[in-house]
Amino acid sequence: MQRHDLATDDLRSLNAALQAQAAHTNQTEWEVLNPRGAHAIAVGLDAPIDVTVNGSTGYYCAGMNKQARIHVTGSAGPGVAENMMSGTVVIDGDASQYAGASGHGGLLVVRGNAASRCGISMKGIDIVVGGNVGHMSAFMAQKGSLVVCGDAGEALGDSLYEARLYVRGSVKSLGADCVEKEMRDHHRAELGRLLAAAGLDHDPGSFRRYGSARQLYHFHVDNAGAY
Amino acid sequence: MDDTPRTLPRYSATLTPEVMSEIRRAAATGIYDIRGGGAKRRVPHFDDLLFLGASISRYPLEGYREACGTGVVLGSRFAKTPLELKIPITIAGMSFGSLSGQAKEALGRGATLAGTSTTTGDGGMTEEERGHSAMLVYQLLPSRYGMNPDDLRRADAIEIVVGQGAKPGGGGMLLGQKITERVAGMRDLPQGIDQRSACRHPDWTGPDDMEIKILELREITGWEKPIYVKIGGARPYYDTALAAKAGADVVVLDGMQGGTAATQDVFIEHVGQPTLACIRPAVRALQDLGLHREVQLVVSGGIRTGADVAKALALGADAVSIGTAALVALGDNDPRWEEEYRALGTTAGAYDDWHEGRDPAGITTQNEALAARLDPVAAGRRLQNYLAVLTLEAQTIARACGKSHLLNLEPEDLCALTMEAAAMAQVPLAGTDWWPGKGGM
Repeated sequence: MQRHDLATDDLRSLNAALQAQAAHTNQTEWEVLNPRGAHAIAVGLDAPIDVTVNGSTGYYCAGMNKQARIHVTGSAGPGVAENMMSGTVVIDGDASQYAGASGHGGLLVVRGNAASRCGISMKGIDIVVGGNVGHMSAFMAQKGSLVVCGDAGEALGDSLYEARLYVRGSVKSLGADCVEKEMRDHHRAELGRLLAAAGLDHDPGSFRRYGSARQLYHFHVDNAGAY
Repeated sequence: MDDTPRTLPRYSATLTPEVMSEIRRAAATGIYDIRGGGAKRRVPHFDDLLFLGASISRYPLEGYREACGTGVVLGSRFAKTPLELKIPITIAGMSFGSLSGQAKEALGRGATLAGTSTTTGDGGMTEEERGHSAMLVYQLLPSRYGMNPDDLRRADAIEIVVGQGAKPGGGGMLLGQKITERVAGMRDLPQGIDQRSACRHPDWTGPDDMEIKILELREITGWEKPIYVKIGGARPYYDTALAAKAGADVVVLDGMQGGTAATQDVFIEHVGQPTLACIRPAVRALQDLGLHREVQLVVSGGIRTGADVAKALALGADAVSIGTAALVALGDNDPRWEEEYRALGTTAGAYDDWHEGRDPAGITTQNEALAARLDPVAAGRRLQNYLAVLTLEAQTIARACGKSHLLNLEPEDLCALTMEAAAMAQVPLAGTDWWPGKGGM
C-alpha cells in the first residue's frame, strides 16, 4: 500500500506518482489521506490501480480517469469523474454538480445524492446514483446510462441524444425531447448489470426508462417552442 | 408613348434589396439564415489606422540589411514548455467536421513550414492535423466532442474556448449533411443528425471555477502545456482580466469579424464588438494586473494583411491568429470554381454556406469527391507563402517605424483616419494629438 498524506505532501507529487504508474505496475494499492476538499485529486490516471481517498474531495476528483478504480470515502465536489474514459469511481457520500460530465466510458457510482446536471453531456459513461439527482441531469446526454435509485429533479434529460435514463422514484419534470419509454428485457438486463456493479440490489422492474423522442434531431420551425 | 420624365427607381436605404430578399427567404422557410464566416457589415477596422513611419525623431531600419525579429514565445507564464513561434501569426481553431481532412492537413503543413502553430476545433484531434502540425493547440470546448486525456497530452498547448468573436455567448451547430460516419464517431453522436455544440462548459461556471479547471488540466498534463483561454469580443477588459486571474498563460481575443463554421447570420452581424475595439481594453486589463507580455495576448478576427498584423501588435497584442484568411489561402472562394458557385446561387468571394457541405473548393465539406479536389501539399504551400507575405509586410512596416522586432511596435506609431477608429484604438486622429476620450471619459 502506497500512502500520500495531503496534509504534508503536495498535490503535484501525488498526481505525478499516480500518473507514473504503468499498466503492469506492482504498486496497485494507493491511499490518499487528508484530502480536505482539495481539487483535482487523482486526475489523469491511466493504469489499473486502486486509489482510496479517505475523506472528501473538491472539484474534479478522478477527472479524465482511465482504467483506475478510485474510491472516495467522503463526498465529492463538482465535476467528479468529468470526462472519464474508463475505470470505476465510487463516491460513498454525495456528489456536487456535474458528476460524470461528458464522460466517455467507465462506471461512476454515487452512493448518496448527486446535485444538478449529473451526467451532463455524457458520452458513454455509466452513472449509478443511490439517491436523488438534481435538476437538468443528463442534459444533452449522448451515450451511456444514468441510473437514479431515488428521485430526479426538473428537466431530466433535456435535449437528450441516445443516452438511457432509468429512474426508480419520481421525476419532477422531463426536459425538451425527453420521454418515457418502454422498459424491454434488454433494458432490464442492462439495468441489472449496472445495479450489481454498483452493489445495489434494487429490482430492475421497479425502474422507469426515459430516452430521446428524437424530435429535435433535425431543426424544424414547428419545434421552435421546444428550444 | 408617354415621354414625361420619370425619376429613377429608388431603393430604400432601410429596406434594401438585400434586406427584402432575406424577408422573402424567411417568410418562405420559417428559419433564420445560417451561414459561415464572420461579420460582413462594415465596422471600424485596421484599415482605419495608419502608421506614421520614421521621421527626424525616429530613424528607420534598412529594409534589406537590418534585422527585424518576428519570433514570439507563447505560454511562458506557468507552462514548462511554451511554444516558440517563428512568426507572430497562428492558425485559429477550425474543426474537422466543418473542414475536410485534407483542409486540416493543409493547415498543419502550411503552419509547420512557416514555423507556427495550428489549432484543433470542435470535434477533437485528427491524425491529419496532429501528424502534419509541429505545434498543435488542442481546444477544450463546451461540447467536449472527442476530448480525451491522450490527445490532451500529445497536444503542444491547450486552449479553453469560452467564446468566439462570431458568436460570443453562442454555441455551435453542424448540420446533418456534414455528420458523416467518421465525424459522428468522433463526436459520439448518431450519423446525419443536426449536431448542437453547447454554449457553456458542462462542468464549470464563472472565473473561480475556471481557475480550478485550469489547475486540473495542468495536473493532468504535468504543468507542461501552455493553457490558452479564448474569449469572444464581448467585454474584453473584464474577460481578459478574469482569464489572466484564473491562471491563463495566453488570452486569445476574437473580435466580431472572426469566422465560424456555421451560425445564425443575425448572431454574426449583431453580437459582439469589432476587433479594433477589443484590443486596447484587453491590453489595459493586462497592464492593470502587471501581466502585459507575461500573459500573452493573441488577437484574431479580420486579420488579412501584414499591415493588420503590425497594427494589432502595435496596439499591444503579442501575436495574431487567422482563420478565414487561411482558408482563402488554401483555395476557399477561388474564382476558378465560379461556375459551381453560381450553381449554388452565389459567386466566388461571397460563398458562405459552409454548413451545407457543398464547397466546390473542397475545404468546408465532408463530401469525399469534393474534398479530394484539395491537394493538401499544394494548399499547404500556398498557406506557407501567404504567412511569409504577412510576415514580410509586417516587417516592412516595423522597419519603417524603426523597430528591430515586430513586438517593438507601439501605439505611438499609429494614427487614425476616423473618429471611431481613434476612439477604439485610442490613437490620435490623423493631424491631431487627440482622440475621443483622451484624458479620461
